Amino acid sequence: MARQLDVECPPALETAPVVAPAGTGLRRWWRRFARNRGAVFGLVVLVLIVVASVFAPVLAPYDPLAQGVGPTLSGPSRAHWAGTDSFGRDMLSRIIFGARIALIVGVVSVVIAMIIGVSLGLAAGYYGGWLDAVVMRVMDGLFAFPIIILAIAMMAIMGFGVTNVIIAVAVGFIAPFARVTRADVLAVKEEPYIEAARLAGVSAPAIIARHVLPNVLAPIIVQAALRVSGAIITESGLSFLGLGPPPPTPVWGSMIAEGRNFIVMAPHVSTFPGIALMLAIVGLNLLGDGLRDTLDPRLRR
Amino acid sequence: MLRFILSRFGQTLAVLFMASVIVFALMRLIPGDPVLMMLGDDFTQVAYERMKAQLGLDRPIVVQYVFWLRNVLQGDLGDSLLQHQRVSLLVWEAFQPTLVLVVASLIAGIVIAIPSGIVAAMRKDSAWDYGSMGFAILVYSMPSFWKGIILIWIFSVYFRWFPAMGYVAPWTDLGDSLWKLVLPAFTLGTFFSGLVARIVRSSLLEVLSADYIKAARAKGVRQAALVYRHALSNALIPVVTIIGLQFGALLGGAVLTETVFAIPGMGRLTVNAILNRDYAVVQGTILAGVLLVVVVNLLVDLTYAFLNPKIRMA
Repeated sequence: MARQLDVECPPALETAPVVAPAGTGLRRWWRRFARNRGAVFGLVVLVLIVVASVFAPVLAPYDPLAQGVGPTLSGPSRAHWAGTDSFGRDMLSRIIFGARIALIVGVVSVVIAMIIGVSLGLAAGYYGGWLDAVVMRVMDGLFAFPIIILAIAMMAIMGFGVTNVIIAVAVGFIAPFARVTRADVLAVKEEPYIEAARLAGVSAPAIIARHVLPNVLAPIIVQAALRVSGAIITESGLSFLGLGPPPPTPVWGSMIAEGRNFIVMAPHVSTFPGIALMLAIVGLNLLGDGLRDTLDPRLRR
Repeated sequence: MLRFILSRFGQTLAVLFMASVIVFALMRLIPGDPVLMMLGDDFTQVAYERMKAQLGLDRPIVVQYVFWLRNVLQGDLGDSLLQHQRVSLLVWEAFQPTLVLVVASLIAGIVIAIPSGIVAAMRKDSAWDYGSMGFAILVYSMPSFWKGIILIWIFSVYFRWFPAMGYVAPWTDLGDSLWKLVLPAFTLGTFFSGLVARIVRSSLLEVLSADYIKAARAKGVRQAALVYRHALSNALIPVVTIIGLQFGALLGGAVLTETVFAIPGMGRLTVNAILNRDYAVVQGTILAGVLLVVVVNLLVDLTYAFLNPKIRMA
């Protein structure tokens, strides 16, 4: 009987919250987004980073690991646009390859944190009770740790390397995703269409996947966009402290750290990777702000 | 009010308990057998069992946690393998410079942020507004360790105005201490000011459109008096909240900033401990960091409750 009801459920009820805004709404959202100058700048920066990462071997003029391709610690020149470091490696090539690590760590760690955090938030918010209490108290505990300090602790335990950096950063971002998701699930699960689906006998996991998740997605996307820059800052901080991917991997954070020793003779060694890092972070922050202002209906003015 | 304070204390204890469980679990994840590390290469099975019992590692995990927690609560964080000193002493000594830097940065940040937020709000959509908000986003987005290096390059190497590194406690020599704190506090303070300036601007704009401000304006109160006497005190309440929300980020930033300026604080202690596998010290600094963040958040919430009549009167 229940199954029958499920089938007879009018399609509008099933898909209304997802499809209705998607067709016309997407274009309307894009028009709003395109008017936000900061967000468009952020999008351009993001595209640049993605292009630099994907085409790094083509774009980089030299091998980022090859030593002595130029004189050591020479400033910007026609042969080496961003100068060379203390091993005579080409800085521009290292910066371009550094975008790869930044992008991979930024995106993969946030995606991992998002999958775990959103699942926990959905389960805690929808089922409530002791599950909610236990999950959210653990999240409160995790949330108390400053991200970089938690990441430092994780690196101490796991050892250095790109994969471990990703795990360390991801763990720090689980709690914010769980909190944002749970808060919205609590509101959505009181909606009449959830009630209807439940009375029609749809199982809880199916309701969560088909009706709850699509309706709490916007704030999660905003959260993810804002966290990518945080992940890149954290990765750079770890690398700066010497706890990131081991040398000679081209990473912005360790390039900046190396340049500190040559700040008097060769300030360009710290300056250029720092500019790349700052551009990436400004861009991603502006993009995140833009997504928040245009996607999150509560904040839309 | 009393009920609010009590429930807030309860929450704080719950968070500290969870955080302690997380730190305990993290320390158990460290690869390697601590018994083997204590015994060295040459030992018998009997000696192994005895050592394991001595360390309490033959007990159930919950019992181990309770013993561990008892030691931590008594301030006993173990001994540093490397420096042959109590971890609690090392952490206490390293904590002071970090805390001094955080406080100096908070002050520097607020001193920069409040005027620029006020200017931006009073001349909304003017060049002043765009300029100060652009500056806010820029300094907020510059990673503190890079900003520190650039400031050293400009103000220490090029202009030779301020020292590039070093730390003196304010209670030893206040003048010298402040002198050496200028660049690090500016480095970390501008990160904080970027956030606060945006909050000051938006909350001031919101307050300025409130009815009581409109009434005051209708009665002929001048714009400047309106802002300083009537609007500002209400607009600054969210700034208190942001201190709590961002204190963890500020502490993390301090760990990185002090590395740039060779300040002997928590950052240096922790990183050296990690590189030397001195795990007792790592555990100590992390526990101290979490404790500080949680306590500051409690204080901020209580201050907020006191400032906000809706909670104070309840």
